[in-house]
Amino acid sequence: MPGIEIRNLVKQWEAFRAVDDVSFDVPQGSLTVLLGPSGCGKSTILRMIAGLEDVSDGTVAIGGRDITRQDAAQRGVSMVFQSYALFPHLNVRENILFGLKVRRVAKADQETRLAEAAALVGLEELLDRMPAKLSGGQRQRVALARTIVSSQPVCLMDEPLSNLDAKLRAEMRDEIHRLQRKLKLTMVYVTHDQTEAMSMADEVVLLKDGRIEQIGPPAALYETPETAFAARFLGMPPMNVMPMDKFSERTGLGGMVPDAPANWRLGVRPEKIHISEQGLPVVVDAVDYMGAETVLRVHSGPLELMARIDGRALVEPGDELRLSWAPADIHMFDDRGKRRDLDRSETN
Amino acid sequence: MTVSRDLMRHVHGWLLLTPAAILLIAFTHYPMVATLIDSFYSKGSAIRPSRFVGLGNYDSMMADPIFWKVLVNNMWFALGTIPVSIALAISMAMLVNQTLPGRSFLRMAYFTPTILPMIAVANIWLFFYSPYIGLIDQIAGWFGLPGHNWLGDPDTVLPAIIVMTIWKEAGFFMIFYLAALQHIPPELREAARLEGATRWYFFRRVLFPLLMPTTLFVLINAVLNSFKLVDHLFVLTKGGPDNASNLLLYYIFESAFSYFDTNYAATLTVVLLALLAVMALAQFFVLDRRIHYR
Repeated sequence: MPGIEIRNLVKQWEAFRAVDDVSFDVPQGSLTVLLGPSGCGKSTILRMIAGLEDVSDGTVAIGGRDITRQDAAQRGVSMVFQSYALFPHLNVRENILFGLKVRRVAKADQETRLAEAAALVGLEELLDRMPAKLSGGQRQRVALARTIVSSQPVCLMDEPLSNLDAKLRAEMRDEIHRLQRKLKLTMVYVTHDQTEAMSMADEVVLLKDGRIEQIGPPAALYETPETAFAARFLGMPPMNVMPMDKFSERTGLGGMVPDAPANWRLGVRPEKIHISEQGLPVVVDAVDYMGAETVLRVHSGPLELMARIDGRALVEPGDELRLSWAPADIHMFDDRGKRRDLDRSETN
Repeated sequence: MTVSRDLMRHVHGWLLLTPAAILLIAFTHYPMVATLIDSFYSKGSAIRPSRFVGLGNYDSMMADPIFWKVLVNNMWFALGTIPVSIALAISMAMLVNQTLPGRSFLRMAYFTPTILPMIAVANIWLFFYSPYIGLIDQIAGWFGLPGHNWLGDPDTVLPAIIVMTIWKEAGFFMIFYLAALQHIPPELREAARLEGATRWYFFRRVLFPLLMPTTLFVLINAVLNSFKLVDHLFVLTKGGPDNASNLLLYYIFESAFSYFDTNYAATLTVVLLALLAVMALAQFFVLDRRIHYR
């Protein structure tokens, strides 16, 4: 049914390839997040699915139907824009009903759908307000209501929360997620915020420079990143990815630093690093106390790394400690940044 | 203490106000009042000095067939130029607001008529309209159409002036529409497109309402312009033939400086001012309530 299949999608702007051979599936009723730094092509992909941008090569299919060249209005998608795209001269009611009026939906039907949508997002009291008189969160709700009344099976969201403050963002994130599950929408959600991706996504498509770095559920991306970029993009603070040749002294570290070529890199998540009796000798540069945890920024010779310690660590800048990690928590990346899984025999 | 400080505050206020006030009073308010007073006096001459005649000048104005003709001409002129030039201005602005090759050249080309001096414009069009040798007649000649004295025929002279004015005004108004269009976020069009709105529906329900503040501004200007036109008539037709292209302001000019009846000219001026004030206020109050300002 209305799942989305993207095959070999390309967007070429003259000499620049904004989207380069991207393929992925969005199963029906699931939420896929397109995640990546700005300029990675995630919004362009979304706009190509919506039909607002021409496709240079490849295909987009919704519900098994090829819609690559189809008019945007015929694709069965609705979209929430980063700026919400509310019509400033129409009140909330008219904004929500705009699409239904264009499509000449019967008056009685319009009213019931309006009432339902307004109730779902809590706008009943504000139907006669003008957009200029609404707060950021309320405008966001109007944009959501517009999507809901359209009853399109596919919903596209282009960084919908980036104009909101942190508290409201968390609130609206939950609300969008709740609506998506309740209405069983097939949703593609674009963001550069890893928290949104981790907390909402059924599947994350991580993009960099127009190419897919990795596809998978949030846990898979976090636990087995396929590339050094994926490893560092997800997680706060990011994974320590350390060049092998900067470990000056390997003796006494046991399985912490496996044998690997000098141009490979070794990755360890900060929360997997512990203060211990033995291990890598480091000097503490800074201590960031966050309440539930403490982030230590340390160096060992030319090597800089971060460690996340639960609770409050009783260390001061300048202290000398030893840090250790379990061999199972090591991620190895080769000279091209690709993940390499080592055999057990090799790690020991 | 406090009294003198209060007083100084007022003195300072008035001092700051004075330069502007002097200019406004000397060149705007005094002439208006003087004109109003003049309109109640008869035309003076060497043997018969000017005397108070009350509404006498207004009586003769009402009986003056040329006044009525000029007023009707002006109405047709306004109706002929304003809607067409606004429609053209919006279409041109929408055209050059798109990304198309040669866009900045096109914008400049549309705006050129506006930067040309009015007298030069009138001279160019005088050539276009010249019988037999003019551009229009030459082109018509290729198709075997007979020559026509466009400006000499009472039936075609006013339309000829209307066409020229539209050519001149539309580019000017386009600039305002272009500026307004550039402030309308492109996501609105995309959001409407996803809902299946046609271009016409989007224009009617979104674009045009959002352009209304500009339209009001342009409309008031266009109405004022249509009553202010003098220079073209001066070069092209001098209001003729038989007042067929005479407009109110040119008739005022004629009364004052050809017939030297400054009191009648003052009377006509008062009527013109009253007309403009009423129209500007009507547009402002009627339309303003229906306009959404962002």
